[in-house]
Amino acid sequence: MSVFLELGPKPDEPQRFSGPESYPEVTLTQLTAQAGEIIARYPQGRSALLPLLHLVQSEDGCLTSAGIGFCAKQLGLTCAEVTAVATFYSMYRRTPTGDYLVGVCTNTLCAIMGGDAILDALQDHLGIHAGQTTDDGRVTLEHVECNAACDYAPVVMVNWEFFDNQTPSSARDLVDQLRAGQPPTPTRGAPLCTFKETQRILAGLGHNADFSTAGAATLAGLRRAHEKGMVARGLEGEQ
Amino acid sequence: MMTLTPVLSRYWDHPQSWTLDTYRAHDGYRALQKALGMEPAEVIETVKASGLRGRGGAGFSTGTKWSFIPQPGTGAGAKPHYLVVNADESEPGTCKDVPLMMATPHVLIEGAIIASYAIGAHHAFIYVRGEVVPALRRLHGAVTEAYSARLLGADILGSGYHLDMVVHAGAGAYICGEETALLDSLEGRRGQPRLRPPFPAEAGLYGCPTVVNNVESLASVPPIILNGVDWFRSMGSSDAPGFTLYSLSGHVNRPGQYEAPLGITLRELLAHASGVRDGHRLKFWTPGGSSTPILTAEHLDIPLDYENVGAAGSMLGTKALQIFDETTCVVRAVRRWIEFYAHESCGKCTPCREGTYWLTQVYERLESGGAESADLARLVTIADTLNGRSFCALGDGAASPVLSSLKHFRAEYQQHVTSAGCPFDPTASMLHPPQLAMMPK
Repeated sequence: MSVFLELGPKPDEPQRFSGPESYPEVTLTQLTAQAGEIIARYPQGRSALLPLLHLVQSEDGCLTSAGIGFCAKQLGLTCAEVTAVATFYSMYRRTPTGDYLVGVCTNTLCAIMGGDAILDALQDHLGIHAGQTTDDGRVTLEHVECNAACDYAPVVMVNWEFFDNQTPSSARDLVDQLRAGQPPTPTRGAPLCTFKETQRILAGLGHNADFSTAGAATLAGLRRAHEKGMVARGLEGEQ
Repeated sequence: MMTLTPVLSRYWDHPQSWTLDTYRAHDGYRALQKALGMEPAEVIETVKASGLRGRGGAGFSTGTKWSFIPQPGTGAGAKPHYLVVNADESEPGTCKDVPLMMATPHVLIEGAIIASYAIGAHHAFIYVRGEVVPALRRLHGAVTEAYSARLLGADILGSGYHLDMVVHAGAGAYICGEETALLDSLEGRRGQPRLRPPFPAEAGLYGCPTVVNNVESLASVPPIILNGVDWFRSMGSSDAPGFTLYSLSGHVNRPGQYEAPLGITLRELLAHASGVRDGHRLKFWTPGGSSTPILTAEHLDIPLDYENVGAAGSMLGTKALQIFDETTCVVRAVRRWIEFYAHESCGKCTPCREGTYWLTQVYERLESGGAESADLARLVTIADTLNGRSFCALGDGAASPVLSSLKHFRAEYQQHVTSAGCPFDPTASMLHPPQLAMMPK
């Protein structure tokens, strides 16, 4: 018996990047200046590739032919080399993204604590499957892997900001507010900005660092220590 | 009962804990001043003598790692040296570095400057995973503050030593927590692990001598320099001295970060955290993330340090204590981890790329009711092929929950075969089971 195996890309992946082939002159000038600032941080230019891919996503909301070509030109790489890198990382998106990327953690701990039920509830409520975007272009829903906030499980990320201890009903309220253009403040973090604006922070351009991030779980051990009068003894300059 | 010892976390409740002013009010950058007055070799010797072991999972001696960097001037030592901070915290269950960076980013920066000085680096990188934007904002803010205060850049604190520090966001890939994959990623490539040797100390970033350290490891350095080796060794055991962050999550009444001497037990930590959620009992737990073999209630009194957890057949790992009570289906839990490893396998080596995929197929059958008894033996065969035969530790990590859950809960697996599917009610393990969630507030 012979088995014929056809080799090629996965059938469920888009074969080509969408979007324009190139940027208008004014956009190109602006992006080139920003790229120059990013590349200058590194001893070798190619290290700037991941930030540059974040940068072009801040322009387009996902990877486009123009974005890939731009990164290649800035770094003296081929489009194939840039594509090979871009397709390795899950944060580089192949399809247009809504204003708010809503990621429900469905890794083991969050899934068991309610993440699975939250994802089901949101798919049902929004009428889309994970990976899709609502018709109004507001919300892209996806499931995400462990986001380093297990002590706040179940966790929902919106544009990579934390919404802690969610339930199916709180998550429904959350996406309703996002769709109504009234984004709620993250449990720990700065006020939400759009997906494209978030990509600028990931590229290393601009940030707002003046916000509170100390939630109950972060302080659980310290509060217990205070209650019971427990301290690390012998610290220089302290009791 | 062993007490908690908040050192790094001792002012996390300050309303502006992350600012340079707050940090300075808590001895911030005094250790740097002291270190810059020492010879680099003396700094390395101090950290080595403290016995500090890497907090990223492997537990290798931090000072020893630094000492592998060739002396400046000759051979490999003539090339630039680099420090890379591994802030790619992604191991399922692990949630200590992100809150640390958000609460007190400057202690990481100070530790990184001291480490860079010790190994003769003039360029340091903080590689932080991209999916934690508030941590990224904090780090950018703190590095900017440090430059303004001349703690970074040229002639730091008048010492003549100069250092540049770059905050670099990753783009979503668990494998980049593996130090050589991280280096490839930082060079702008696909994050796939490298063959070792050569180790990064000899040929790391751009082929130059490089130290890669975990966030918590570096944050532990300033208190050691400031308070001394004896102080650090007054906590923990001789093999595992000092304090560390234990992260409790899951079915526990007060999940969160608990800073304690190494060697505290889960029983003690649970007492500090008000116990397993009311009305339930501990079923299984991970000592240090999903890659460390699971343990059960019989292991409550094991001192949580490297040697003792190892002797119990697991690993201390990242000290990520994920607590699951009796409502949790162990097959469902392990299946989800395996799906994670299959998703995150970088594809470089066959055992991991294919093995994790095969495992997901068997687990799908177990949960949906199509499994046969031979599938349990199949799981062991595949896991044995992954374990120790994969290119990097990701494959070993994927085998851990499979083999350990079969060891402790084979009957539950068998039950999935005989009752043709999962016998558990998934809503019972939720933080707010539906009947409670629907009640008016």
